[in-house]
Amino acid sequence: MALETSQIQEKITQKFGANALNFETQKGIFSFEIASDSIHDVIQFLKEDQDLNFHFLTDLCGIHFPDNDEKHQFAVVYHLHNWIENVRIRVKTYLTGNPEVDSMTDLFLSSNWMERETWDFYGINFKGHPQLKRILNMDEMISHPMRKEFPMEDSGRTDKDDRFFGRTTINS
Amino acid sequence: MTESKIKMVEPPEGVTGEGFFATKLNDVVGMARANSLWPLPFATSCCGIEFMATMASHYDLARFGSERVSFSPRQADMLMVMGTISKKMAPILRQVYEQMAEPRWVIAVGACASSGGIFDTYSVLQGIDKVIPVDVYVPGCPPRPEQIVDGVMQLQELVRNESVRRRSSPEYKELLASYNL
Repeated sequence: MALETSQIQEKITQKFGANALNFETQKGIFSFEIASDSIHDVIQFLKEDQDLNFHFLTDLCGIHFPDNDEKHQFAVVYHLHNWIENVRIRVKTYLTGNPEVDSMTDLFLSSNWMERETWDFYGINFKGHPQLKRILNMDEMISHPMRKEFPMEDSGRTDKDDRFFGRTTINS
Repeated sequence: MTESKIKMVEPPEGVTGEGFFATKLNDVVGMARANSLWPLPFATSCCGIEFMATMASHYDLARFGSERVSFSPRQADMLMVMGTISKKMAPILRQVYEQMAEPRWVIAVGACASSGGIFDTYSVLQGIDKVIPVDVYVPGCPPRPEQIVDGVMQLQELVRNESVRRRSSPEYKELLASYNL
């Protein structure tokens, strides 16, 4: 019997109650939100439960929402895949302006590099990660460049006149 | 010999007599250097593909004395940087440059190596001249092999006219010092 989304929702709600909310299907993938302090338990349950069996972490990434309230400044998104039933789910957890979340490295070895990448670009601190350091950017970098407060452009650029690229309000 | 199609380099200006030829050492050294520039390709992206075409039989950079592509910086004269150099790679490029023996020249091939090109972003070095001195810039995205050959010929012209004393001049030392080399 195929794994139904209602079945997943029922199991999660039964076990975690109010810590799991906003169940919906987005872009064809069943998604829900988990309170950040129970995210590790939820992912562990999703992986180890005999019926759910989400044993593959497809992706892990960060999002920055600078316009949200203090409790929803950052999000970490986990994409899980059940290979046996071929079902995918998306689990989101929202974090504060000083983002901290439990590392999944004890459950999925693949999350090691993905968490390093998320740390590199968003500065999200993964508690319990064995080696949380930059992976893609140069080590000397001090910013977390995918956060909206940091400019995408390089400040060392000298050959570009901002007026010709629509970056200044005064185009004189 | 009149039938020969082999093109020889013109000898430098000098005085010829029976059994001798007198000229300036500068000119002879310059001629020798200019016609045996060993390139060190530092290719990271599409400009590197154009360089491969430049080295291959159709465009044949070997005609200019660059037959041997040196993959060791210690035996190369001309560092050809082709493609986007990220900031993380900048120290490696610098190290390669430092390992080259004097006299050494650098060609920045393509928009990315020259100025960062379209990649005006936090992770990309905005032109290799931020970390090492560059002699010739080849524009284009990517440049055609003809342009790369033209860049090499421009460099040959520089090399031919360079004084043998230039590398020990205070100006040159100042240039290197400005790059902390």
